[in-house]
Amino acid sequence: MNQGEVAQWVERARSAFAAAQDLDSLKDARLAHAGDKSPIALASRSLGSLAADQKASVGKIIGEAKAAIAAALDEATAKLEREQDERVLRDEVVDITLPASRSHKGGLHPITIIKNEISDFFIEQGFSVAEGPELESGWLNFDALNIPADHPARTMQDTFFIEPVESGIVLRTHTSPVQIRTMLENEPPIYVICPGRTFRADELDATHSPVFHQVEGLVIDKGITMAHLKGTLDNFARHMFGADVKTRLRPSFFPFTEPSAEVDIFFNGRWIEWGGCGMVNPRVLATCGIDTDLYSGFAFGMGLERTLMVRHGITDMHDIVEGDLRFTRQFGVGL
Amino acid sequence: MRAPLSWIKEFVEIPAAITPEQISDGLIRVGFEVEEIIKQGADLTGPLVFAKVLSIEELTDFKKPVRYVGLDCGEGSTRYVICGATNFVVGDLIVAALPGAVLPGDFAIGARETYGKTSNGMICSARELGLGDDHSGIMTFAQGSVTIGEDAISGLMINDVIFDISVNPDRGYALSIRGLAREVAGSLNLKFIDPVDALRDLTFTETGKGVTAKIADPATASVFYLRTLTNFDPRATTPLWMRRRIEKMGMRSISLVVDVTNYVMLELGQPLHAFDKSKIKGGLTIKRAGKAQPFTTLDGQVRQLHPDDLMVCDDEQPLALAGTMGGASSEISESTTEIALEAVRFDPVCIAKNSRRHKLSSEASRRLERSVDPSLAEFASARFVQLLTQHSSAQHVATVVDGEPKYAPLLTVDPAYISRILGLEITPTKIAELLRVIGCDVDEKNFVVDPPSWRWDLLTPADLAEEVARMIGYDAIPSVLPPRPVHASLTPTQKRRRAVATMLASRGLAEVQTFPFTNQETIDFMGFVGERASTYAIANPMSEEFPLMRVHLVPGLIEVAARNISRGAKDFAIFEMGSIFRSSQKLIDGIFPEIGSRPSTQTIKEIYASVPPQGFHVAGVLVGKVEKEDWQGSARSYGWQDAIAAASDILDLCHLPWSISRSEFAPWHPGRCAELIVDGKAVAHAGELHPRIIAKYGLPARSAAFAVALSALPESLRVRPTTVGTMPAALQDVALIVDENVAAGDVEAALRAGAGPLLESITLFDRYDKLGDGRVSLAFALVFRAEDRTLTGAEITALRESAVAEAARSTGATLRTA
Repeated sequence: MNQGEVAQWVERARSAFAAAQDLDSLKDARLAHAGDKSPIALASRSLGSLAADQKASVGKIIGEAKAAIAAALDEATAKLEREQDERVLRDEVVDITLPASRSHKGGLHPITIIKNEISDFFIEQGFSVAEGPELESGWLNFDALNIPADHPARTMQDTFFIEPVESGIVLRTHTSPVQIRTMLENEPPIYVICPGRTFRADELDATHSPVFHQVEGLVIDKGITMAHLKGTLDNFARHMFGADVKTRLRPSFFPFTEPSAEVDIFFNGRWIEWGGCGMVNPRVLATCGIDTDLYSGFAFGMGLERTLMVRHGITDMHDIVEGDLRFTRQFGVGL
Repeated sequence: MRAPLSWIKEFVEIPAAITPEQISDGLIRVGFEVEEIIKQGADLTGPLVFAKVLSIEELTDFKKPVRYVGLDCGEGSTRYVICGATNFVVGDLIVAALPGAVLPGDFAIGARETYGKTSNGMICSARELGLGDDHSGIMTFAQGSVTIGEDAISGLMINDVIFDISVNPDRGYALSIRGLAREVAGSLNLKFIDPVDALRDLTFTETGKGVTAKIADPATASVFYLRTLTNFDPRATTPLWMRRRIEKMGMRSISLVVDVTNYVMLELGQPLHAFDKSKIKGGLTIKRAGKAQPFTTLDGQVRQLHPDDLMVCDDEQPLALAGTMGGASSEISESTTEIALEAVRFDPVCIAKNSRRHKLSSEASRRLERSVDPSLAEFASARFVQLLTQHSSAQHVATVVDGEPKYAPLLTVDPAYISRILGLEITPTKIAELLRVIGCDVDEKNFVVDPPSWRWDLLTPADLAEEVARMIGYDAIPSVLPPRPVHASLTPTQKRRRAVATMLASRGLAEVQTFPFTNQETIDFMGFVGERASTYAIANPMSEEFPLMRVHLVPGLIEVAARNISRGAKDFAIFEMGSIFRSSQKLIDGIFPEIGSRPSTQTIKEIYASVPPQGFHVAGVLVGKVEKEDWQGSARSYGWQDAIAAASDILDLCHLPWSISRSEFAPWHPGRCAELIVDGKAVAHAGELHPRIIAKYGLPARSAAFAVALSALPESLRVRPTTVGTMPAALQDVALIVDENVAAGDVEAALRAGAGPLLESITLFDRYDKLGDGRVSLAFALVFRAEDRTLTGAEITALRESAVAEAARSTGATLRTA
């Protein structure tokens, strides 16, 4: 055994390991070149029979050779293991376009979504959200709003009455009785919006429904002016329809506001009637016990269905009221 | 309300440069919505001429009547045309479109072969000329009213702009050309000429005794003018210009007398009624019908009068339903020579009630129920006499008046109030000027305002503020955000509703909203009984099919589910949140205190108490498979447990501890329904729907439903979390055998009780019911953990044994041996 021989063993081991195509053939190569019966192992075992003066130098040569062989083995093992891992991952590729979700798609009704959106907007402005009953006292729904007993709105053609009609209980025709309740129950300043379901004796068609939703706003404070009404509506319109929307107030008539106005928006290239508004009629304030020398206020109201239809280009009311899943699901849980 | 520009121009000096669009913008600015600007004649070109019918040949070989008509169009020779209308005879004057004319709708007229003849033009109806919807026949004209061969486009004053304007109910005065012209003038700062000014000094000679006029009750009418005319020749015809104006207003020309009443109403706003004087027995009195009786109105309908109906009566019988419609018996006829003309300022409410009781809304009632200028009874009736005597042989006999006009009171206003409410500084001088534009007299020194006679609605400073804002333009008011509170938030109830809805939507339920109406059959079929079946009835329901308020959300959801199934949906889950209306209290008579000041606290309390409480629920219906079946495999169907899970998850979301027990409750399967109890009160029910209901509505078998009475839930408790232990957990499985009638929930509760506070969680991971002998095996995984130490093997064994011992004691469970 000489140094050249040992170097050959190392070289043979290296090339055998490098030639191994997989971990199995590497194992064979390992047994042949680093196993118990490999030349280097045998040489190593025979070290003990060497003379003492040779032990150190031959021992060093063999030790270095063993380390070189072990390093080559490690390298080859790592390489083959890496290749095997890569092959497995390659084999495990799937078609990720297969439909994944099996769950039913849920969603909130768009009226709920728009109600939440409006509520959130006004809460950020410091308004509270007030609600009230759908079966309502005729006095709160009409009289207190300065709608006299002989007003056309109080006929059976317009309003649903509950039996016995002497009870005066009606299906509220607007959310305005919530405003009255708020004023009766609270001292000014009052900043509220009143979203809710309302009822009118209209046949269901593409743009009308006997059951619909409104949101109304009411502000009562010292020094409230019609300019504040305009500012609030402008802000609201921009939130709902985008920064480019324009608003316009047109003189109108409502018993509970004076001055009264219709609010129009210029949206998608045309003027659209959005809702009604005005300065709260002092007679209504006085009926609620609010000192009209100290306080003034404004109110506004608009239909949620109308707002939704205008903004989202919905053309048929039936889609909103029929509960067809294909309609609701498009909205998810937000707009 | 329509208004032709040509008529408005009579009362407003409108410069030629001002376009119809500018006028429309002005009207919109002052509160009159212009729904349409009709440019009459814009799509019509001649030749269009007046012609006389010379001959008519009826062509009888066709399915419909066809006439071959010879016309004198002033051309010297006869022109022949085919005509399908039959409402004319030889000698009638008509309007003919000659070849080369183009009628509205791009309808070009040419000579053409048709029905075996050559038609050299067309005889026109009003609709074909774009003058109205009347297609009942061709237009015919009174002899002498048109010239043969003359251009009919100018003769019929076709080229005009007609504004279609919607008038708010507080502006009755604007249901007239006079009223609208004043608004046009005011909005564009133009000069207005009041047509009434020319009538103020009109006097008529009294030549005899007129029919007497009387108002029985001054509350029903303030002033009654009755003018008697004689010597009327009923052959008199309506001048063409008057007829055309009436037609442009969307009404029809009837006869001279009726046309003049309508013309004056349209011009000034005061409805008039003309009686055939020869049919009046004695004098006329405005009074209530007094008793139910039949009455024939001039539309030929026999109406049953209500005793409260306000009538114009002679000494024997009612002759007219006051302010609404005349009666047939005293109607102007082709033989009328003597006329009694009534002009009354009726009480608006009386007329509104007349109109409503008889479901009869007429041009007259529409104006009178919105209030009419009280001074007009005099002036409008004078205008009638003026026009009728000008255009016929009629002569004034006498004018009789009862009552006198009543006007809105003076009011004092602080001009600073107006600036303050509008948020815009306006000088008192400017305010006075604007109020004068709308017809007020203003004493600027004390700011006392005398509203004009036609403005009954100006009663308070707020009313004047609106007028000032209107005339200055709402656009002039700045846009300013109000001072606002710094903080607001949803109430806990509102937050809870949102969280529940979002949770349900996120787990695949789609929210729907149904009409809250139902009927007795549904209530009965669902099996509701007692107070859950009792509800409120709508006196005037949308349809007799749904006359009651809903008592529960699930029936509406079932309907929606069935609708979705009918449209092809198979597997889905839906929910609704909303009010239910159980008749928990008997309704008392309504409480209606006077307004204008706050009712007493007691009265307010009573009003609030008169409104029945209304519950707020959330409910859901689960139909078909719990998830989509697809390439990943099949899915299990929704069942009772999914409904219970939804309900209990809602309670968990609200941090409300609940317990569960079996329930037999409509509309659920009596053996597969749970009630969830919070604070001792059943607040939710869930389970499989009753098979009878599933069958009737065609839902898949085992469809399930849940309902949670959100309004019955207590407030959520603030969360007090337990410390999260980091010591190792010990897992122990136990399999117990129990009788099949023992509730798993009871076994679990016993294990919990027996295990004590070191039990962290318990899960039923297996249920095996094939043991026989009415026994089932329940396998639970128990996790134990101590906060401060690792539990020893001996401790764990003791805890498990204690749990099992308690289960054995209270449920008879025995440990299953492998």
